[in-house]
Amino acid sequence: MTASIDTFRKETRAWLEANCPPEMRKPMTREDDTYWGGRNATYSSEPQKVWFERMRDKGWTVPHWPKEYGGGGLDGEEAKIVRQEMAAIGARLPLVSFGISMLGPALLKYGNDVQKKEHLPKIAAGLIRWCQGYSEPNAGSDLASLQTRADSDGDEFVITGQKIWTSYANYADWIFCLVRTDFQAKKHDGISFVLFDMASKGVSTKPILLISGKSPFCETFFDGVRVPKSNLVGTLNRGWDVAKYLLQHERAMISGMGERGGGRPLGQVAANAIGVDDKGRLDDSVLRGQIASFEVDEAALAAAAERAVDLAKAGQAHPAFSSAMKYYGTELNKRRHELLMSAGGIDALEWESSRSHEGHAARSWLRTKANSIEGGTSEVMLGIVAKRILDLPGA
Amino acid sequence: MALVLTEEQTLLRDSARGLIGEKAPVAHMRKLRDDKDVTGFSRDLWRTFAEMGFCGLLIPEDHGGSNLGFVEAGVVMEEIGRTLMPSPFFSTAVLGASALSRGGSGAQRKEFLPKIADGSLIATLAVDEGAKHRPVKTRMQAVRSGNGFRLNGAKALVVDGHVADLLIVAARTSGAPGERDGLTLFLVNPKSRGVAIERTTMVDSHNAARIEFKDVDVTSDGVLGEVDQGGALLEGILNAGRATAAAEMLGIGEEAFTRTVTYLKERKQFGKLIGEFQALQHRAAHLYTEIEITRAAVLKALQALDADYGKAGFAVAVAKARAGTTTTLAVQEALQMHGGAGMTDAFDIGLFMKRARVCQELFGDANFHADALAQSKQY
Ligand SMILES: Cc1cc2nc3c(=O)[nH]c(=O)nc-3n(C[C@H](O)[C@H](O)[C@H](O)COP(=O)(O)OP(=O)(O)OC[C@H]3O[C@@H](n4cnc5c(N)ncnc54)[C@H](O)[C@@H]3O)c2cc1C
Repeated sequence: MTASIDTFRKETRAWLEANCPPEMRKPMTREDDTYWGGRNATYSSEPQKVWFERMRDKGWTVPHWPKEYGGGGLDGEEAKIVRQEMAAIGARLPLVSFGISMLGPALLKYGNDVQKKEHLPKIAAGLIRWCQGYSEPNAGSDLASLQTRADSDGDEFVITGQKIWTSYANYADWIFCLVRTDFQAKKHDGISFVLFDMASKGVSTKPILLISGKSPFCETFFDGVRVPKSNLVGTLNRGWDVAKYLLQHERAMISGMGERGGGRPLGQVAANAIGVDDKGRLDDSVLRGQIASFEVDEAALAAAAERAVDLAKAGQAHPAFSSAMKYYGTELNKRRHELLMSAGGIDALEWESSRSHEGHAARSWLRTKANSIEGGTSEVMLGIVAKRILDLPGA
Repeated sequence: MALVLTEEQTLLRDSARGLIGEKAPVAHMRKLRDDKDVTGFSRDLWRTFAEMGFCGLLIPEDHGGSNLGFVEAGVVMEEIGRTLMPSPFFSTAVLGASALSRGGSGAQRKEFLPKIADGSLIATLAVDEGAKHRPVKTRMQAVRSGNGFRLNGAKALVVDGHVADLLIVAARTSGAPGERDGLTLFLVNPKSRGVAIERTTMVDSHNAARIEFKDVDVTSDGVLGEVDQGGALLEGILNAGRATAAAEMLGIGEEAFTRTVTYLKERKQFGKLIGEFQALQHRAAHLYTEIEITRAAVLKALQALDADYGKAGFAVAVAKARAGTTTTLAVQEALQMHGGAGMTDAFDIGLFMKRARVCQELFGDANFHADALAQSKQY
């Protein structure tokens, strides 16, 4: 095993070295540095296009998905090596999407053959961009109390209601959506998981402006939207199972935001910004200590993320563990950006200038405040750990 | 390398847990304390450790050991932490074995390693001098004299120093306190003239000593490694100690946590189990998360030592720092959530808190290691 794994690592390293454009190895500083795919997608640069296409052709937008669905067909160990080797050269992800991190895993487990063949390859190839229709104005943390209704009409559902905080709904091609199909049953037992085209008649979106000055999410309205029943994923009224499984993946993904990825270590950023004293120490001794403790926790989180994958592979993972990781990773990422703002001082306060990359530091700082809200709040994550892992009474 | 225990390592853990759980539950440590036992640990149990192969985990096979690794040593340390078992495992099987197998000459290895493996020799490292762990600031002097050296100085927190048969002593052969170069390690017989050992009873009732060296003569055969170049060897031994001490702390923290979760499910107030209060649920869930993340960091450090001993410094600093903060939090939360019961001597939780405090200081607390990390990253 180790010999072939070593060969795989060598080949991967060589391939990445030859194929990842130098521009795609730099930390991201702008929103459009991320390529999301979709019907209306445009590339922000030629290297972005080249990198995406090469990775897509190799199946490495989703290295661990089966080849028949456009993936790389790699096993857990190989996929880990690809991740590690990409991280080693600071390579950006060629494609980021909710299709990859959320819907894909759910379809692989709960989708039927037709659904998998139809949707997965388009996700892998970045052809269709998805959004997530879970939250509603009165169903946030208590998601299972959602009220968007799907009434049965022959071969179709007729969907009416409102979603909120739907990230990128105004850019998305399709939506995976939770709807109530049984109003008599207990709240968890009357929910179904359906897929539909955002271009369907009766769908409209209205962007919401965030404190970061961006509007990455929307209110989404459904007014008698007709959806073929074949677009139901899993069993009617058992959509909560699919929804929860998808959330595990969403949480693992959001937790990963706590990892630094290609960015520079915080201590170095601060040393450059603030300067060091004659002993080579950051010229703010309290901040230096805070950053050092942060970097200890950052390294420990990276080890825990690696271990989570290895535990899953060994069949020893607790299904609710992603909630613990989501909690820790997002709180850590908020800490990182508080420290970055402190290290940046006055320079990090600029909101509009090319010098500041249009206020990248400040806007990112504000954006991270959502990390411990989106995908389930920190308090909800702690509740899940208390109940499902620690088995505490009445949790 | 997957960040999970292999099947063999899991078996080792189970057998260590079985043995320690049966022969050395917390009551064992309590009895040694209450009896003011002069040895401070059980020699019988130490022999059993040797028979089970624990003493020679880090010793090559040709010297009577099983040549396993730091992950295995960490597995045993974690179980030791769980029941607060006083044992020379750390001083002898980790520090002594690492020092001699990494730095020993052929003759030194041949003389001492088989005795460590068969449990007949207790060895330890004497490094700390001041209130805080600062190996670079070592002031103890070793001056050339005749065909050897003459040692003068004092050491503190020498683990098992009161029963050791062999002291591995860090002293300065050149340079000034604060300089990395100029340190040398010496093998000193504690019975040598000029060695004065004071057993120090510590807050955790485990075994430690202060040792004074007054004109102690050591022949050149007693030099471990190279003269003036002992810094790197010492750092390696300390890293072995730090990572395994972190494993012990993980055991301490997790056991305190497990006992607390059990208590939350038993104790009633306001007509409810206290585990029903969300304020406590969230604190327990937070602590669980901290412990699991620290578990990964500790395993990472132990694996790093096995993979490349000389390059494990970063991972070890992370593990010891994390273990320091996590276990401190664990014992504090455990005590608080046990209410008044947690304050009593009859209840075990306080013992976990005491041991955790000592382990925090041992070979560098969380601040020391965070600072080391910052220095290594040049900020
Ligand atoms: C940037 C961003 C992107 C998002 N993207 C999407 C998306 O694409 N699709 C989608 O469907 N949703 C999305 N969301 C919505 C997100 O999932 C919800 O905001 C989240 O679940 C919380 O719901 P809420 O906002 O209604 O807050 P509430 O549930 O009203 O919570 C308010 C406060 O009460 C606390 N609280 C609630 N219940 C409990 C409890 N039982 N115990 C203790 N404390 C509690 C919460 O932790 C929080 O602090 C997004 C949110 C953000 C911020």
